[in-house]
Amino acid sequence: MPVLTEEKKHGGVIAPPREPTGFGNGDGDDAAGGSFPVSKARVAMWVVLTAVTMLFAGLTSAYIVLRGVPGWQHVPLPPLLWVNTLTLIASSVTLEIARRSVLGNRQQAVKLWLGSSGVLGLGFLAGQVAAWRELVRAGVYLPSTLHSSFLYVLTGVHGVHLLGGVIGLTYVLWLAYQHRLTPVRHEPLRLCSLYWHFMDAVWIYIFVLLVLG
Amino acid sequence: MQDSHAHPQLGFWRKYVFSTDHKVIGLQYLITAMSMAIVGGILSLLMRLQLAWPAELWPSLERLMPVAFEGGPMKPEFYISLVTMHGTIMVFFLFTAVLTGGFRNFLIPLQIGARDMAFPFLNALSYWVFLLSCIVIFSALFVTGGAPYGGWTAYAPLSALTAIGSNQDVGMTLWLAAIALFTASGLMGGLNYITTILTMRTKGLSMMRLPLTQWSLLITAILGLLAFPVLLAAAILLVFDRTGGTSFFVPAGVIMNYQELSYSGGHPLLWQHLFWFFGHPEVYIVILPAMGMASDILSAFCRKPIFSYRMMVYSMVAIAALSFVVWGHHMFVSGMSPFLGSVFTLTTLLIAVPSAIKTFNWLGTVWGARIRFTSAGLFAIGFVSLFVSGGLSGIFLGTSAADIELQDTYFVVAHFHLVMAIAPLFAAFGGLYYWFPKMFGRFMNETLGKIHFWLSFIGVYAVFFPMHVLGIGGQMRRIYDPTSYNFLVEQQPVNVFITIAAFVLGATQLIFLANFFVSIFAGKRATENNPWKATTLEWQTPCPTGHGNFGPELPTVHRWAFDYSVPGAPDDFVPQTAPAVVAAKH
Amino acid sequence: MADGKGPGRMTLNGLVFGVLMAVLIIVSLWLFIGRPYWFPDLASVHGADIDSVFMAVLVVTGVAFVVVQGLLGFFAARYGAQGGERAAYWHDNPKAEAFLLIVTAVILTVLVFMGQRVWASIYFTDAPADALEVRVTAEQFQWSFHYPGPDGVFGRTDNKLITATNNIGLDREGDPAAKDDIFSLNVMHLPANRPVKVRLRSKDVIHSFFLPHHRVKQDAVPGMAIQIWFTPNRPGQYELACAELCGLGHYRMKATLVVDPSQEEYNKWLQETAAQQ
Repeated sequence: MPVLTEEKKHGGVIAPPREPTGFGNGDGDDAAGGSFPVSKARVAMWVVLTAVTMLFAGLTSAYIVLRGVPGWQHVPLPPLLWVNTLTLIASSVTLEIARRSVLGNRQQAVKLWLGSSGVLGLGFLAGQVAAWRELVRAGVYLPSTLHSSFLYVLTGVHGVHLLGGVIGLTYVLWLAYQHRLTPVRHEPLRLCSLYWHFMDAVWIYIFVLLVLG
Repeated sequence: MQDSHAHPQLGFWRKYVFSTDHKVIGLQYLITAMSMAIVGGILSLLMRLQLAWPAELWPSLERLMPVAFEGGPMKPEFYISLVTMHGTIMVFFLFTAVLTGGFRNFLIPLQIGARDMAFPFLNALSYWVFLLSCIVIFSALFVTGGAPYGGWTAYAPLSALTAIGSNQDVGMTLWLAAIALFTASGLMGGLNYITTILTMRTKGLSMMRLPLTQWSLLITAILGLLAFPVLLAAAILLVFDRTGGTSFFVPAGVIMNYQELSYSGGHPLLWQHLFWFFGHPEVYIVILPAMGMASDILSAFCRKPIFSYRMMVYSMVAIAALSFVVWGHHMFVSGMSPFLGSVFTLTTLLIAVPSAIKTFNWLGTVWGARIRFTSAGLFAIGFVSLFVSGGLSGIFLGTSAADIELQDTYFVVAHFHLVMAIAPLFAAFGGLYYWFPKMFGRFMNETLGKIHFWLSFIGVYAVFFPMHVLGIGGQMRRIYDPTSYNFLVEQQPVNVFITIAAFVLGATQLIFLANFFVSIFAGKRATENNPWKATTLEWQTPCPTGHGNFGPELPTVHRWAFDYSVPGAPDDFVPQTAPAVVAAKH
Repeated sequence: MADGKGPGRMTLNGLVFGVLMAVLIIVSLWLFIGRPYWFPDLASVHGADIDSVFMAVLVVTGVAFVVVQGLLGFFAARYGAQGGERAAYWHDNPKAEAFLLIVTAVILTVLVFMGQRVWASIYFTDAPADALEVRVTAEQFQWSFHYPGPDGVFGRTDNKLITATNNIGLDREGDPAAKDDIFSLNVMHLPANRPVKVRLRSKDVIHSFFLPHHRVKQDAVPGMAIQIWFTPNRPGQYELACAELCGLGHYRMKATLVVDPSQEEYNKWLQETAAQQ
């Protein structure tokens, strides 16, 4: 295949052009050449985050509206949810440490802290499932009260999204093992952590609403 | 197909079916959407049969659809499921898909000077998910119990209470699944469109040099991003109300078969708020690309720059932003607080202002033009007329006091068909005639195209204009038999007229379909890159455009997209790539 | 005729388009001024205000419609392509745009105010003290009308008391005020020229209380009790239609409204109906 001359397109890739593959190449598309200051992958991530925001905005606005209807019954939240919250916050911290490690080119640390985030993330999800089981044992089901309905739905939808984050994190960990995360080029890690911190913030928002509701 | 740059030869399946090339994906969307249009159109013709002749027996239809026509006349439940499916299929699977999936995919990389979308694989995936959603919604027509019958708006509690009747069971579940899949497909697409337009524009193509088509596609991709997830949220809550026993939309005290159901605490209006928060931006998601495309096509065939490009862009942005604060105008008589009703009247009439500006600008484009009346050009001019007709009737509905009498009548049906269905349809037809040579390397037959235009233009007015009158006379929406009301009997001849016109209009579309499909293989060949002498970047590529779109060098843009009839220029148009030495304005 | 100036050629397509626009204008003038079909005859007091808001919007949109469609047709006929002649190149006129924008905004603002005055008179104005009250219950697929009877007090209703013969669950046994209440299925009577408050409820899904002659429409939402009021001012027999899709029988969910010419005849109906309960 003849090699095409390197092109500098507006906002395009600086690296030699190759057959468009869809999710960008493994080492990320973080070169922001041209007039648009943000890379493709980063724009895509913001698009995803906007959509996710609107999904939770829709669900939580329903919650806020119905909270005002007389007859609202608050169900006691399993204390495990507090533990899960701390777990998730911890996973964000470890992810941040991983990011700083990659800047310092400490590859072993990167793998360690990425792995920790993944484990903590899975721990959060397991904890959420355990919290559901606790609710069921206490006789609190999906249709019991509106508060419990929202509890199940909001934690469920959030959990699905976090699971997506875990899958992404696993991919980034694989990249780390492939030596494809360098101090200069580690866009997948940055994007993954953007998503992760965002889902962390969404969880805290949901949790506050559930506690106060 | 010529290849614009060397590329390993792909087999038939990879090249034409499972392709990641945006042009192939765009055509796949177009063909699929056209198929859904045929289904949706047939459903509407069945509806019109019932409305014109309510007591009529249809033995031939009874043979084809024994359950729906058992005993001869159409069954009432079939009628309202027709209404529901017609609306759902047309709004989502035709209009949102053809303008966004179809034209967006085809045009974005071509008009911005890129070789493909930012994420071609994801793009292909968005099509296959869309196709799946089409299959799911189509299957809802055939399941036991039939298709859902709550209207495309699926108001709760009717849509939430499966206890009511069998039709709302499997059919409604499939409806919800199809909408969820469609939303996923749309978001995957939107991701591509936004990323591509923002980050992959070629050298020199600043935002204010983009064709209006591109602006409209970018803005609506952002609208979709903000609106569809809210629909998804509502659908998730509805699914749990239906199957999980929750009470998001169902209050306490609902009585079925003399028994109080066990729901408690929900609010039916919540569904309406969530749905219309999505639903109103959705209608702009349909009309804005139509406006963008029609503007560009109009300019090309008027040989004159679009009037006030800047204001065209700003007004599209204003319409998009305002579209999020007008949703309550669907709910004036819903039980929503009258104070909110006042607020929404204000915002709704506010959104009329940028739409009016666009209309003035279209007029300003045609004034002093030198119009080439090709099929595409005719559809673009027809678009303006139809949008004006539909937009003006919206003013009645946006004025809450006038809406009291008109809400839920055929006045609303007339309004939304003209602005949301027919005007965009005309823009889409214009786009198909216009970009056909770029897609297939051949022309559609011009004579048939003109016949299609004139018959359709007269036909759509004959079908939808009288509906205003029906609504003023009080004919309600979604009524199986208008003649069962004394006050409606005297206008029944109008229903008959509309039905006959609708069948003629439907038959006319066969001309288009034949023209379209035969021309793909046997149309007059396009021998030059730029048969319409248009300025935008796609016309710098061969007809049809090959893989990779542009030659070894991507184009460089030096001017805006509207340099037609530039004084002193050698030709009556200057392409965007022509350097600045020729009297460039921008 | 020259490059960028003056009219182009009148082409066949342009001419036909122009003619069609003229036909469209003529047909719309016939439909909206000639009015072969129009609103049902007005039968309420506030209906006149609603009709006048409609007329105001009609005048504004009608003028806009005729001007815009007319200009579109005229331009299509006048500015056809003429050989290789160029069109005009001008494409901006900030003053004209600003002017048109301001005019549009002003006209629409006036419409908003006119409309809001009427809206306020309907929704932000309480019913007069001598208003009658009727409680209307919507359900799949019939309308129930509940009158308070001579004591003027509505008896208690309870969902648990709902049976096939007691549609609204009226507690005739337990509540003394309920003994004289009057219940009517699918037939409503009102005296002419007396304001009436209608309190709307629904037993199952959303319905809509639509009296086309009276310019009254209000959704009946389960879980809500919504009150509207109006004054019927023409005796006669009218149809009440459900205007919100409520299920299979939506199309036949109608009732009859009889507006009695005098209070006496209305009372007579009440007594006759009470006697049958």
